[in-house]
Amino acid sequence: MKKKVLTAAMTSLLALSMALAGCSSSQPAQQPTDQGQAQQTPPATEPAKNGPKQLIIGRGADTKTLDPIRETDGETFKVTENIYETLVSYEDTNTTVIPGLAESWEISEDGLTYTFKLRQGVKFHDGNDFNAEAVKFNFDRWMDKSNKYHNPEGFPYYTDMFGGYKGDPDHVIKEVKVVDSHTVQFILNRTQAPFLANLGMSPFAIASPKAIEGGKLGDEPVGTGPFKFAGWKRNDIITLEKNPDYWNKEYPKLDKVIFKVIPENTARLTALTSGEIDLMDGLNPDDAEAVKENKDLQLIMRPSMNVGYLAFNTEKKPFDNPKVRQAISHAINKPEMVKAFYSGLGEPATNPMPPSLWGYNDQIKDREYNLDEAKKLLAEAGFPNGFKVQFLAMPVPRPYIPDGKKMAEAIQQNLQKIGIQAEIVTMEWATYLEKTRQGEYEMCLLGWTGDNGDPDNFLYTLLDKNTINGNNIPRYSNEEVHQILLKAQSATDQKERETLYKKAQELIFNDAPLVPIAHSTPPIAAKAGVTGYQPHPKGSESVEKVDIQ
Amino acid sequence: MALLAYTVRRLLMLIPVLLGMSLIVFAIIHAIPGDPALTILGEKASPQALADLREQLGLNNPWYTQYFHYLANLLKGDLGVSLHSKAPITVEMGPYLAATFELTLVSMLFAVFIGVNAGIISAWKQNSWFDYICMLIALIGVSMPVFWLGLMEQWVFAQELKWLPSIGRDNPRDPVAEITHFYIIDTILAGRWDHFRDVVEHLILPGVALGTIPMAIIARITRSSMLEVMRSDYIRTARAKGLGQFFVVYKHALKNALIPVLTIVGVQVGLLIGGAVLTETIFGWPGVGRYIYTAIGNRDYPVIQSGILIIATIFVLINLVVDLLYAYVDPRIKYR
Repeated sequence: MKKKVLTAAMTSLLALSMALAGCSSSQPAQQPTDQGQAQQTPPATEPAKNGPKQLIIGRGADTKTLDPIRETDGETFKVTENIYETLVSYEDTNTTVIPGLAESWEISEDGLTYTFKLRQGVKFHDGNDFNAEAVKFNFDRWMDKSNKYHNPEGFPYYTDMFGGYKGDPDHVIKEVKVVDSHTVQFILNRTQAPFLANLGMSPFAIASPKAIEGGKLGDEPVGTGPFKFAGWKRNDIITLEKNPDYWNKEYPKLDKVIFKVIPENTARLTALTSGEIDLMDGLNPDDAEAVKENKDLQLIMRPSMNVGYLAFNTEKKPFDNPKVRQAISHAINKPEMVKAFYSGLGEPATNPMPPSLWGYNDQIKDREYNLDEAKKLLAEAGFPNGFKVQFLAMPVPRPYIPDGKKMAEAIQQNLQKIGIQAEIVTMEWATYLEKTRQGEYEMCLLGWTGDNGDPDNFLYTLLDKNTINGNNIPRYSNEEVHQILLKAQSATDQKERETLYKKAQELIFNDAPLVPIAHSTPPIAAKAGVTGYQPHPKGSESVEKVDIQ
Repeated sequence: MALLAYTVRRLLMLIPVLLGMSLIVFAIIHAIPGDPALTILGEKASPQALADLREQLGLNNPWYTQYFHYLANLLKGDLGVSLHSKAPITVEMGPYLAATFELTLVSMLFAVFIGVNAGIISAWKQNSWFDYICMLIALIGVSMPVFWLGLMEQWVFAQELKWLPSIGRDNPRDPVAEITHFYIIDTILAGRWDHFRDVVEHLILPGVALGTIPMAIIARITRSSMLEVMRSDYIRTARAKGLGQFFVVYKHALKNALIPVLTIVGVQVGLLIGGAVLTETIFGWPGVGRYIYTAIGNRDYPVIQSGILIIATIFVLINLVVDLLYAYVDPRIKYR
């Protein structure tokens, strides 16, 4: 009898568990969660009422190192911008240079001496004073290969922005001199127009010399910024805490900032909707509409500092002929592309640099979408019946081109109408970058995100003949453009530089080594209660002004 | 003694397996195009910086030099340093392995408990409606894409019903203090029961998503294995003796039906440890699958090599444990 009862009990238990398994995704969760709810939801919906103010930022990938000078990676800067500061800074939503750790500066007549007055009373998170010595210590580490604290693998952004290291023929900074404890002087080897703008870039963050000597800066960063480092679980979260001694007493508003890795875009949005995180980037453009309509959420647009383009290998036939390139420009319907592939979160591009930069030439009128004109140009170039071409499409979404493959297909269809048979080829991202850089392609999609908001960072980097095998993907070599870009690099007069860059854009437009397709404005989603968040066009920013209700 | 000798022999066999494994992995990752220097420095790097870094990383050496260099370090117990984070892989791997083990354990508990029981009852009540429904569900379970199931779970239970958290291992607003990196153990050690519940809640959705396919496979194997055993003479004898049905099924039949199930469980655990990439990606789980997957994208050669080596070792060890368990389940099995 007893056994029968037991059997019955066990059977029903098993049957129950089976039923649970049956709808494997619906039932087993139910039980513990009803109680869990009470604990889970309140901190999500009203974190500010009691306890510290926390902001959780969801993002796609982890930081690589917290020593920003070693990196070129945006995910790294998103965090380090909150921990460190730079000598100069940028305005909140554009790239105009403003004081940072330096309160003011003077530039000598010949443009070779920059004298910075440093902010007084600033302390590093480890309690040491920020002063001219600290600035010199950091720059010496970066520019001198023989320095004890130099990175054996180099500092990629330092060489890119300042022309190499000490002793290299193009190196910009001759020496950093301590004048007094709060005055520091930079003596340059040659004038460099974007020098100040470069100093404001995230990698050139001033770290505590003590921490650099400690050798663990990459894991235990020490800066002067609004937030202090508190912990890092790799591939999961980085936690920052309020720096109570921050020199700007108004900020930060938050007590804690947490960067959480959620690789999948859709899952990240789910986490935002369910209240597990407060802010996220890398929103799928398709989801922007839903975020806009959700009254618990807000959609924020990052001002564009990028360009997505279609590049031609100008060294290969038939693309060595500008007429062919112009013809294809006429066959691309940019406004449609922006609507279809950016969900309207962008603007059609005319020039290889975004209009938010100074020096943008708005006099240039873009080639309109006109297939007849395209056919005519093709015929003039000697291809009345078109040709066959291999077309590389990006395998990964990038801010400047959210879906390379779909965009390539749309372009393919248009090209077919003018007789060009494009075969779309795609490959893994690392290979893609290598092939396009080395010119092993005919036509490809790619783009660029700016670093310091200087036109030089777009025009020279992307289209000067010196950057072939680097970022000059079209392998465009035009002596006149080259001379103009070099001249603009060494000029210090802002007006003169503007004129030069406008001229360069004209020449580039006529040659059409690439077709700028769009400047995207990457969408960011946040809870409705998040205030004061101003995304910077350069792609990362400090969240010191952010508050959460 | 025979058991010990057997174990030692099996462990020794690990060496050629791992050597072959490392050579294959090494050859493959060096055959695929892509430049680690470029992925480290990013698409913005200058050619000079790239060349310098390649030289510095020893990427200009012929591949066999690189391989022997790697092997030599391996023999010294040095798994190498990640090209990207510059951290030693042994150190870096720890927390990821713990995260993956924890998730694998939960999903396998789910899979085994439900799968075995469902299989048993299906076999017991063969051709009943219960059997049909179970097997239909198992069929659906086997063919369900993990990413789809995961996203649906998140949508239903996190976004719409708000019952369960959708991502991560713990609540980032109130994170678990890491001691062993096994959060369930850590929370118990710290005596934080609120954290314990939080961790368990975080385990449910990814655990179910990851465990569904093994569960379905286990259910099917258990059922067919049970059916075979149930028809054997000793079961008829047991029944004839008047033993309770439940006792016959769970005591007599199950033990003999368990061998193939055990094999499948072993294989599945091994697969889950390296193959949970999708689940880990969708649920933001900082596990070893995603770690290696990211490393492949980055061409982080040392991490790929050592990561795969570690997973292969675990796989072999798990199968060894399974083989040893056979004897426990069926004493007729002898090791020679």
